[in-house]
Order: sequence, then structure tokens, then C-alpha cells
Amino acid sequence: MPKYTGRRLGQPFSAIRSLCAIFFGLIPALAWADFAVNLPQPASGLAQDIFDLHSLILWICLAILIVVFVPMLIALIRHRKSVGHQAAKFHDNLGVEIAWTIVPVLILIGMAWPATRLVASMKDTSKSDLTIKVTGHQWKWEYEYLGEDIRFMSNSSTPKVQIDGEQSKGEHYLLEVDRPLVVPAGQKVRLVLTASDVIHAWWVPAFGVKQDAIPGFIRDAWFKVDQVGTYRGQCAELCGVGHGFMPVVVDVVSPEQFATWKQEQKTLVAAAAANVGKTYEMAELKALGEKVYAANCVACHQPTGMGVPGAFPALNGSAIVSGEKAGHIDIVLNGKAATAMAAFGKQLSDLDLAAVITYERNSWNNTTGDLVQPADIAARRR
Amino acid sequence: MNTSTVSNAAAVHDHAHDHAPTGVMRWLTSTNHKDIGTLYLWFSLFMFFFAGALAMLIRAELFQPGLQLFQPTVFNQLTTMHGLIMIFGAIMPSLVGFANWQVPLMIGAPDMAFPRLNNWSFWLLPAAGVLLISTFFVPGGAIAGGWTMYPPLFMQGGIAYDMSILAVHILGVSSIMGAINIIVTILNMRAPGMTLMKMPMFVWTWLITAFLLVAVMPVLACAITMLLTDRNFGTHFFDASGGGDPVMFQHVFWFFGHPEVYIMILPAFGIVSTIIPTFARKPLFGYVSMVYAVASIAFLSFIVWAHHMFTTGMPLGGQLFFMYTTMLIAIPTGIKVFNWVATLWRGSISFETPMLFSLAFVFLFTIGGFSGLVLALVPVDIQLQDTYYVVAHFHYVLFSGSAMAIMGGVYYWLPKWTGHMYDEKLGKVHFWLTAIAFNITFFPMHFLGLAGMPRRIPDYALQFAEFNMIASLGGFLLGASQLLFLYVVIKCVRGGIAAGNQPWDGADTLEWTQTSPPPYHSFVTPPLVK
Repeated sequence: MPKYTGRRLGQPFSAIRSLCAIFFGLIPALAWADFAVNLPQPASGLAQDIFDLHSLILWICLAILIVVFVPMLIALIRHRKSVGHQAAKFHDNLGVEIAWTIVPVLILIGMAWPATRLVASMKDTSKSDLTIKVTGHQWKWEYEYLGEDIRFMSNSSTPKVQIDGEQSKGEHYLLEVDRPLVVPAGQKVRLVLTASDVIHAWWVPAFGVKQDAIPGFIRDAWFKVDQVGTYRGQCAELCGVGHGFMPVVVDVVSPEQFATWKQEQKTLVAAAAANVGKTYEMAELKALGEKVYAANCVACHQPTGMGVPGAFPALNGSAIVSGEKAGHIDIVLNGKAATAMAAFGKQLSDLDLAAVITYERNSWNNTTGDLVQPADIAARRR
Repeated sequence: MNTSTVSNAAAVHDHAHDHAPTGVMRWLTSTNHKDIGTLYLWFSLFMFFFAGALAMLIRAELFQPGLQLFQPTVFNQLTTMHGLIMIFGAIMPSLVGFANWQVPLMIGAPDMAFPRLNNWSFWLLPAAGVLLISTFFVPGGAIAGGWTMYPPLFMQGGIAYDMSILAVHILGVSSIMGAINIIVTILNMRAPGMTLMKMPMFVWTWLITAFLLVAVMPVLACAITMLLTDRNFGTHFFDASGGGDPVMFQHVFWFFGHPEVYIMILPAFGIVSTIIPTFARKPLFGYVSMVYAVASIAFLSFIVWAHHMFTTGMPLGGQLFFMYTTMLIAIPTGIKVFNWVATLWRGSISFETPMLFSLAFVFLFTIGGFSGLVLALVPVDIQLQDTYYVVAHFHYVLFSGSAMAIMGGVYYWLPKWTGHMYDEKLGKVHFWLTAIAFNITFFPMHFLGLAGMPRRIPDYALQFAEFNMIASLGGFLLGASQLLFLYVVIKCVRGGIAAGNQPWDGADTLEWTQTSPPPYHSFVTPPLVK
């Protein structure tokens, strides 16, 4: 879990915990750490305001609950037939009925006021220090630092063997990625969100940000986090088979570290550019291809390359994979309409594409012996 | 069909009574509201167990982290079909079953206004049900994009998606016809002297529900037809690359979807408003305000739909409008709860099984109402949208709301329908098991949602493990308890102590003036209501 040094947990939190303990009759010795019962510790001002608003509403609801159900409980105990209580005959009372219409109106106005102010501030994405474009893909996030020439994919890094229970699960099981989003502490970060295929939702609970990423449209959101640390979240909108395996991880670093990180990214881009035109050996491509396959293809086509009958086609023995190289490259580059097969040409580099196609053509029972070079990919890009 | 219907229908039915078919043909060709009501109720009970079994499989997969039983493709089919079948196959048909049995009996009418239409309304359901369930066996499996069918995800899928659209169309046709029948029956066939404001509360709630159905089922039909043409005929209603808008689907869907929520709860309000006065032996408090409250809830249900979509990124004004209208619903809903409590106050209360279910309804539905209020607030909703908090919320209003009111209603009217008393002791055991298991299953889901567990995921991070295990154990108990319900119902149908005309001393609606079970053609001569 991220290291938090923000505001200490307030009263409501412990009260709910005790209520919950009574509710389940749990023995006090049970470790509370495993039974989080409230919103996570806020890391941004927005999340803190949401936390406080939620606590306020919860207390109001609890008060109403008592006011309504204590009389009901009294009636159920004292006005029973079995204790000989005779039924009264009344069936309306205008004064009471007007009162219990007016009072809730006032309570609701009391709730709506702080909520309205908070909505307005959540919507205010102006005066940001940094803008990052977030694109949802099935099933990974793409981050692009606008105006910085930094752009990368962020894939889940939880190994499949952990999901299948063949290896014990790590501390951040399903909440870990290969490349986290990196942002500077204390700066207002504006996100502009969209998606390439279906609707996703980018969500980090500790930031109080959840925004749908909608294909063909741009939405925005913002956060400002002062505390350096690693924060985790997940895709929140059902987006297909890999929906549960699409984590969001954000590294909040000091502004100095952020500057250094940006430099490193630019060096990496330059290094990749220097490799254009280079040819690779089969072993190199297959090794890289296996990684690319695990990050991008395995959810549908499965580790065995057998797919899921009726839903996702097998690659093992497939006509496309064992046919002409050009056909195989085209479908990976451009995808297939009305299916979950994305156009990976927009998501992966020529090298990654060359590697994964080489891997597919020379794995399982596929033995074409074909070597696909990055230059082959570049040649077929439209 | 008009006021003369009463005498005409009586004459027609006397004639039909002489050669009623028997065996299977009695049910296939029945135009009798009691037979059709029974068919609706058995159909919905079967679907309740089918969709419940899917829920058991979901809870089994979520028992611990990791993928054990189902791959995500199958898991998504389970959650989608569980929702779709529970809503369209279990809750809605069971409420129509109640309407068929009870509306004519409670307004002193001999039958529904359109008996043949009634037959067709029912027999469309098994066809749609078979079509829907058979999608599990087609290539690619059943639909897996959530019962809300959001595009563009809904575009990715096989033949099951088109079959499900057709099935929902058929269910919609059935609902619209059933609703029209109920409206015409209530407006034209009330016993002489029964003015609108003398109608039993259950009849009022169904009248308003039927108008909601007629208003919104065609909207759903439009939405899914556009999906169908987007999928098959190259239109781009919801495809941004062709100038469409995926979010537009959500607007149209929830314009249907939110009234749909009240379609499932208003008749449940009616059942509870019938049961509580009976066992409190005191008239319903605030009848007039109850009628206006139901009508206001129905009206408001048309202008709150976008609260299901706060995270899509509406403009500030839109978010505020839908937040305020949603909060307003708390007022008529609160009035109903206050009225139920005031009905209990200074009554002479006894705790038979139907009353236990109704009291649990009042308490647990109110908890669902509170979580609804929490979700109405845009900033809090943005944290909780699409998490298990929402799952907890809608099971508090749909299971401990609708489903438990329906169970209470079944226990309440079983003596009238069958002529036998149900086993009171087993009924109470069923109640307590259901109420306790329900809370063990769904209360922890509030915590899971707050802590950040998204809904509709087949596997989850380790921090959610404990509450998921508790919820699964509760879920298995909840599922098993319903087998007891089935047993009690069958036992009651097969025999038991004779119920007599009026087993509940506090009941005062017209059905209790009839024998138990009522004659095949009841109220051949309309009763006079003073």
C-alpha cells in the first residue's frame, strides 16, 4: 500500500468500524487491516472533500434511521396483539404529514449545498500545470504527455501463473503495471481521456478521480497530490474479458525527480529511433515477442494460442498465422471490425509488432520459420 | 369495452364454464385470470431459481482471489445473464402474476379486461425465456457485456447478442400488453361504488406501474433496435467513427432503466401496504398521501435517469440537475416509510410470516434508500459508481425490497389461492434464514465498494478477500434457503389446514369475501362497494 502521512482517520471511520464489528460479531483480535470499511485514505484535496461529504451524509442517514426506527421498534414491542394491545382507529394526521414532508426538504437542501460546491470544483480543470492524454485500450492504458513527446503503454504486470493459482500472489496482485504513470507532486495535473475501442473508466480512489474514457470523445478530469508515493486503482467500466486486469498505477514523485524522469524517457525515445532499420535474430525476436504476447494477446488468444472456441479464434494452426506474412501483419496492424481484435498498429512499435508476429508464427505447432523484421512492419503501415 | 363489460363478461364466462378444457390444454388456452396468474408465478419462480443458480456460480468464483472455476469470458456471461433474467424473468413476471390474481379479486371484477390478450402476454414469456437461456449454448456463449448492454462493447460478440435482443423485444411486447390489460381492467371494471380513491393500495400501485411500463418499454425497444441495426446493418447510431455517440445509448437506456427500477418496486410497495395494515389491525395511515407519493415517484422517475451516468462526464449543469431531482425522490419515498411506521403505531401487531417479510422490507429497503441518497450526490457517486457499493445498493432495493415483498405477498395470499394454510413454522424459518443470509451477503459489499472494488470483475486484489469470502458464504446460505421456500409453497399447494374465507382477521379487501380458493369465475355478480 502507498505510504500515507495525510490527515488521520476521523471519528466516523472508527465508529463505522465498531458498528461493523458488532454486526458480524467478530472477535476483537481480528486484524482490522484486512477489513477496510470506508473510502481509502484521501491523497488529494478532492478526495478529502469527498471523504468528508460521505461521512457527513452517513451521519445524517444514521440519525434519520434512529428517528424513524426507534418508534417502529417501540410499536413492535409495546403494541403487540400478544400483550393485549388494542388497535387505535386513526388513519391520518395532516399536521404530522406536512411536517414529515417539509423537514426532509430542509435536510436535503443541507446536503445539496456542500455537494454542489464540490461538484463545481471537481469540474474546474482550468489552470493546470501539466496535461496528460489517457487512452483506454482493451485492456491497457496509454499515457501521452502533451507537448513532451513522451508516450507509452501501461500493462498489467501480474503474471498469469499468479492468477491461475500456480504461484503465490504478490502484495499488489492485479494492482501492478509494467510502466506506471509518473506525475510531479504538488502540481495540478489535468487528464484528457478517450478510448480506442470500448468505454473504459480511469479510476484512482485515493485521488477522487473516476472518469469514463469514451471512444470518439474527449473528457477531462484533474487532481493535485502533495504526498509522494505510489497510488493504485483499476478500470471501473466493464470493457470485456480483460476488465478485471486493467490496473492504474500512478507514481507521484518530487518535481526534481519528475524532470529527471522526463529526460530518461526522451533518451529512450532517441535510442529506439537509432535502432530503426536494424535487423534482428530469431531468438531475440521470439524472446521479445513472448513478452509482447503476454501483455497484449493472451487475454483472448490464451497462453496456449488456442483462443476460446466461439469467442476468440485460435492462433495455433490458424490459416492467417501459417499463411502469407502480409496477411498476418495486416490483421495485427489494422484489427478486425466489430470484434475485440484491436488495431495494434496504433499501440505498438514496429519492433514490438515484428517480435510478436515472429513469435506467433514460430510457437505452439506453428513452424513457418518466418522472421518478420521491423522494416517489414513499416512497409505495410498505411 | 366499457362499463357494460361487467355484465357481458359475466354472461360469456358462465357459458365458457360449461366446457373448460382440462389437462395441458387448460393452461395453454386459458383465458382465466387466476390460471394465468398462476402460470406467471410459476414461471417467475423457475427463473428466480435459474438466475439464482447463476449468482451461486458468481459467488463461488469470487470466494477467493484468483481464477478457479470460470474464465473471465464465462464469468461475464454469468453476471450479465443473472441480471437480465432476474429483472425480466423473475421480478417483473412475478409482479404481473400478482396483478393477474389480485387486481380482479380486489376490485370485484370477474376477470381481466382482455382475457385472450392475457393468455398471449403470458405465453410469449416462455418463448423469450427459452431463447434467452439457449444463448448459453451457441458459439461464443451468452451475452457478456452487462445487462445494460452498453455499446461499443455490445458490438463485440456473436449470435447470442442478436438472440438476446430478440428475447428482450418479446419480453417487452409481453409487458406492454400486460400493462394495457391492467390499466383497462382497473379503469373500467371496478365494482360499483369503488371510486379511484377507494381502491386498495395494491391496485393503485399497479395502475401507476402499468402506465410506467407503457411509457418506457417502447423506449427500450428503440434502444435495442438501434443496437441491432448497428450490429447487423451498418448503421452508426452509437459508433463515433460514423458520427454516432456511444453515450447516447446510455441516455436512452436509462430513460427506460430508471422507471424500470420503480416498475419493480411500486407493486412491492402495494403488497407491503396491504400486509402491514392487516397484521397491525389498523387502517393504512395516510392513504391519500400514499397515492400521491407513488404518483410523484413515478413522475420523478422520468427525470433522474442520468444519475446512472455521472462518470460519463456531463456538463456541470447536467450533473447538478440530475443530482437535485434524484435527491427529491427521497421525499415521497420517505413519506411512504413514515406512513408504514405510523400504521404500525398503536396497532395490535402480530408477526405471521407475511408480516415478518413486510417489516424486514421496511427496514432493509430504507437502508437501500439511504445508500441511494449517498449515491445521488455527484462527488460521492464518482467514487462509488461501478463499485460493489452500487451492487449492495441495488440488491437492498431489489432483493430485500422487491423480492422479499413478493415472498411476503406469496405467503399472504397463498391461503386464498390454494385454500390451504402454509406451514407457518417453516415459513418463519424461511424468513429468518433469508433475512440473515441476505445481510451477510450484501452488507459487506458496501465496505468492498467503499474500499475500491469495482463490480463485474472475475478476480480481485488481495485486500478484498475477507469480505468476499463472507459474502460468498452468505450467498450460498441465501440460495439454499430459497429451496425451503419452494418446499413450503409446494406443500401448501398440495394440502394443509383449510384456510377458510378469511384467515387474516385484519384483512378487509374484497378477495377475502370469496371462498378459498375462490370459484373459477369469481364476482359473477359485482359486489357493491360502499
